[in-house]
Amino acid sequence: MAAPGPQPQTGDAAYRGIVRPLLLPTWAVIGILMVLPVALMAVYSFLTKEFRGGVEWDFTLAAYDQFFVTRGLFGDEPPQIEWTYISIFWRSIWQAALATLLCLLIGFPTAWFIATRPAKTRGIWLFLITIPYWVNLLIRTVSLRFLLRDQGPLNEGLIDLGLISEPLQIINTNLAVQLGLFYSYLPFMVLPIYAAVERYNFALSEAAADLYASRWATLREIVLPVVKPGIIAGCILVFVPSLGAFLAPDLLGGAKTFMIGSLIDEQFKGSQGNWPFGAAVAMILMSLVLIVLLLYARAQTRGAR
Amino acid sequence: MNRQMSTAVDIRDAVKTYGQVTALQGVSLNIADNEFFTLLGPSGCGKTTLLRLIAGFEEITAGQILLFGQDIARLEPNHRPVNTVFQNYALFPHMSVLDNVAFGLKMKGVDLPSRQKRAGQVLEMVHLSQFADRLPAQLSGGQQQRVALARALAPEPKVLLLDEPLSALDLKLRQAMRVELKQLQEDTGITFIFVTHDQEEALTMSDRIAVMSNGTVQQIGTARDIYEAPVNRFVADFIGETNLLQVDVEANSEDIAIVILPGGHRITCPSASSKTGKHHLSIRPERVTIADTGNLSATVDRVVYLGTDLQVIAHLDDSQTVTIRLQNAARTAPPALGQRISLQLEEGAARLLAD
Ligand SMILES: Nc1ncnc2c1ncn2[C@@H]1O[C@H](COP(=O)(O)OP(=O)(O)O)[C@@H](O)[C@H]1O
Ligand SMILES: [Mg+2]
Repeated sequence: MAAPGPQPQTGDAAYRGIVRPLLLPTWAVIGILMVLPVALMAVYSFLTKEFRGGVEWDFTLAAYDQFFVTRGLFGDEPPQIEWTYISIFWRSIWQAALATLLCLLIGFPTAWFIATRPAKTRGIWLFLITIPYWVNLLIRTVSLRFLLRDQGPLNEGLIDLGLISEPLQIINTNLAVQLGLFYSYLPFMVLPIYAAVERYNFALSEAAADLYASRWATLREIVLPVVKPGIIAGCILVFVPSLGAFLAPDLLGGAKTFMIGSLIDEQFKGSQGNWPFGAAVAMILMSLVLIVLLLYARAQTRGAR
Repeated sequence: MNRQMSTAVDIRDAVKTYGQVTALQGVSLNIADNEFFTLLGPSGCGKTTLLRLIAGFEEITAGQILLFGQDIARLEPNHRPVNTVFQNYALFPHMSVLDNVAFGLKMKGVDLPSRQKRAGQVLEMVHLSQFADRLPAQLSGGQQQRVALARALAPEPKVLLLDEPLSALDLKLRQAMRVELKQLQEDTGITFIFVTHDQEEALTMSDRIAVMSNGTVQQIGTARDIYEAPVNRFVADFIGETNLLQVDVEANSEDIAIVILPGGHRITCPSASSKTGKHHLSIRPERVTIADTGNLSATVDRVVYLGTDLQVIAHLDDSQTVTIRLQNAARTAPPALGQRISLQLEEGAARLLAD
């Protein structure tokens, strides 16, 4: 029975007795939703593909071999580097980087605009930004396809205005994929930058102007460095999901815009799939992202010193 | 003090309104080159607004500001030869102390070796050389304040604006910084426009003081002028301690008046107005003495021991309160509670105020 008495102290028996059990749900969530799936994927990537999908419990490096190495069409030539998948990765990185840049160019001024409105109206602007995201991503991407297609409102409108005579080929191009990624992930850029700009002390800009800095110099020397953490957070939040995106490339792009997400997606669909290979591609993608994040974190800690 | 009498800042009928709020209503000031000029007034009286107009962060609603004879209305802040020490310092958090101090020079296009040398010198001036590589967040409040000062001084502005720079420091540091700031101003010959709500700060440092209230200037003068010859009740009350006695003015010229004190004694005193009738007389507590036959009679209510001084609070027969300060060194015994005493107003120390 709990009688009134001294408060439990961190680190003693009471801590072990009370706080640890309370932390259990957290550990359960992390374990079941994060560690377990990744571990499962890691294990699958070393298993053998079963005909018609699924796996056999036979450990092998075949999936990674398929990704990196080619031995010719019939498997009898000397091993060479397989460029097919690496180039898909390369293209995906480019697409994701471009989408990130586009989000940054539009997202930064947007975030700045919202953060500099009177406190009362900021909430409304933020709400407007997030409204479209109440709708499922698949539906939004399909709608975008509808808007951009040859007989869609965009092309018909331009033709009606007499600006063009033939419909613009937007759908099934890199541009459409870019627009799709941009549209999908823009709020992930706006929100962290907004949070940083909102905390920005505008007296710093006045101090800079007082010390002979032009507007441009103030932006470059003071504003950008101070809100940099927000910008970087936004870039990571857009770049990482863009890299693995499959809805936008699938629905808006054509065969030439094949991205990692679609490659992985394909491996787990139907009888054509290859689960271990899909898992291996996912593991390689994840390693790549982790390496980028680690490099960034190291650069940060070194910069702080 | 060798003050060149050329004008550094000439403010003519400056008006500033924010929507419905009038922050400044027709302020005119003439600040001389090399002067330590203080804007003194209670919070909300428009001091910061006036500084921001001079620095260029706000647009003037009406009136003019001339800097060395040139109208600066159209100059952006970064083109005004004026630097500011901000109230909350506004140090650049991502830059070292040295880079903060060198920033103004960098923006002026001074090359790296020269600006680092100059920044180093200024840091030495404010005794911060050993902190050059630290970030602002790694400094104490007092040190940050010095960095802000060094940063504003480094580009050698013609006018330095200081917005309550000492208000966030503790008392000891504040007192030390007063002396240092004054010394710095004399050494550099830069015109200082110093904002404070602390009258002691204003009195100890300034060549001249403008006392402000409600967006207007009440009085401009040296510390002595303002303390000893306040023009109205606001100034008399705001600067130091004073007794405001209601008196009958019998005769009044521009600067001398004959007044009848409560109790009927008649005195002649300096005057800030030319009106007759019921007005206020200001007399400082230390200029009232207990005498055998004075010109006021009172009853002692309270005696407060203040260390160097004794404060005696008494009431007159018409129930107005009078405060007296006696030096503790005086050999006479302090008056007892309830004792009837006779008070003497020091000749020429009382002053008739305009309201
Ligand atoms: N940006 C602003 N918007 C509206 N009112 C303001 C603004 N800045 C100052 N004021 C008002 O102007 C008056 C003077 O303010 P300020 O110059 O900051 O006074 P001080 O520095 O003497 O304390 C105050 O009543 C204040 O509320
Ligand atoms: Mg102020």
